Amino acid sequence: MDFSQQIAQYIVTGLTIGAIYAIVAMGFNIIHNATGIVNFAQCEFISLGGMFMYSLVVLFKVNLIISFFISTAGVALIGALIEIGPIRHARSKEIIVLIFLTIGLSEVLRGTAQEVWGTDNVGVPAFSGENPIHLLGGGTIVPQHIWIFAITVLVMLLLHYFFKKTLMGKAMRATAVNRRAAALAGISVNRMTLFSFAFSGALGAVAGIIIAPISTTSYDTGIMLGLKGFAAAILGGYGNFAGAILGGVILGLLESLGAGLVSSQYKDAIAFSVLLLVLFLKPTGIMGYGEAERV
Amino acid sequence: MLKIDGISSHYGGVQALDDISLFQREGEILALIGGNGAGKTTLLNLISGIIRPSCGKILFKGENIVSFPPERIVELGIIQVPEGRHLFGPLTVRENLELGAYRRRGKHNKKKISEDFKYILQLFPVLEKRLNQRAETLSGGEQQMLAIGRGLMGKPVLLLLDEPSLGLAPLVIQEIISVIERLRKEGTTVLLVEQNARAALRISDRAYVLETGKIWLHGTASDLLGTVEVKRAYLGQDSMAFSIR
Ligand SMILES: Nc1ncnc2c1ncn2[C@@H]1O[C@H](COP(=O)(O)OP(=O)(O)OP(=O)(O)O)[C@@H](O)[C@H]1O
Ligand SMILES: [Mg+2]
Repeated sequence: MDFSQQIAQYIVTGLTIGAIYAIVAMGFNIIHNATGIVNFAQCEFISLGGMFMYSLVVLFKVNLIISFFISTAGVALIGALIEIGPIRHARSKEIIVLIFLTIGLSEVLRGTAQEVWGTDNVGVPAFSGENPIHLLGGGTIVPQHIWIFAITVLVMLLLHYFFKKTLMGKAMRATAVNRRAAALAGISVNRMTLFSFAFSGALGAVAGIIIAPISTTSYDTGIMLGLKGFAAAILGGYGNFAGAILGGVILGLLESLGAGLVSSQYKDAIAFSVLLLVLFLKPTGIMGYGEAERV
Repeated sequence: MLKIDGISSHYGGVQALDDISLFQREGEILALIGGNGAGKTTLLNLISGIIRPSCGKILFKGENIVSFPPERIVELGIIQVPEGRHLFGPLTVRENLELGAYRRRGKHNKKKISEDFKYILQLFPVLEKRLNQRAETLSGGEQQMLAIGRGLMGKPVLLLLDEPSLGLAPLVIQEIISVIERLRKEGTTVLLVEQNARAALRISDRAYVLETGKIWLHGTASDLLGTVEVKRAYLGQDSMAFSIR
């Protein structure tokens, strides 16, 4: 494999992992826009997605596609329950209190997952085999990378359609912009917040499911992925949807090229250096307008 | 249609409304007049369910709606156009109007909603050219028209207008007044909150004057207009807005 092929390989890997970060970042953004909080339970949504998938496919031998949808719906339900229960009934609606609440919930979910599944890393079969596909230039790509990429694009298109074209999606955006005005238009702010948690749950699950065949999964895989998705969201501009995609892809590429060309030791350090750099230089991120965007 | 019975309201320990009672008949334009901090917006927000009273009842068509959440009150057709517009700034003009019709969502209303959409563009032609523009990029007057248009998209049974003339040029105010008059002709009941007493009294049937959380005067608009004129002459004020003292 010559150098340019190697670069191409890093780019493919970078885009794949970037796609995962973008989905995770989107999950953070949706809840942030609806409530103003950072939901740290997002990390657990990813782990749970992977572990549900593992249980269904490997332990219960359920069909892959059915497992995909059950796992996603299951985590969406957990997201919804988090909102209906602790978040909605929190005595204090202070942002900082709610954020700590999500950290606590995240601990509870992870603890429960550890009780159920133990601490082992487990594998999930790839969606369509492991045989690498040869690319025109001479490089290769594992089919799962194509799945990740295709599913991410599909998820983004669905989200775009939902938020731009459906009344419910517009109502969610309206609620994010101005809760009082939304209430005065007859939009139930509670219901929109509930939807946002369910959506984020589903997004986290999808990320956890599609990456599981590549990187294995465990009760706490979501922590690292979640934090990097969070970094991608910050990089793109927290709360901004296009920013989530851009941030995810840039971070994925930096990480993959950095790991390949410099040293794989620095893989994780790259994401967090980028996070710190953005927070230091331009806290509103690439696409961010700052707080003025949210009234 | 609307009956408010002994409503009091507090923000923390501060009393904003003190034992307010008033009523409004169907098809009537009722003006609620008062200076800054009199409690007008507070009263509208109580009706809309945005805040809860400390005591008292709000009856709409005989039903006490005091504990209803805002979306249920909107569902009854009580629609507020809030003070300061509160548009969905990053959303387009078209989306803002569509969301105004949120309470009528569902297949069977589609045709009526698109008819109302056209009707509103006819009321406010300036909006037509700006349908795909973000609402926050409109001028102040255009934003107020959009806010009213969004309210009308909900097909109000009772329309609550909070200071629709605030900060607008006389020409635009005139335009909004003629829209209100047109709405009345079509049978919409309007509760109009204004500091601009003369303009409000000229188009309304009856009025209440609110001062520091209490009702200070009420009567037919023409009677009150007389009172205002008398006060104005007496106090030598020449502005359109009047001070209640
Ligand atoms: N959110 C709030 N928190 C605390 N006090 C408030 C709040 N909103 C209003 N008040 C107080 O309640 C009183 C009535 O306010 P309100 O907004 O109802 O007046 P208004 O008649 O609408 O005045 P304006 O014509 O200036 O809009 C004022 O003294 C105001 O300071
Ligand atoms: Mg007011």
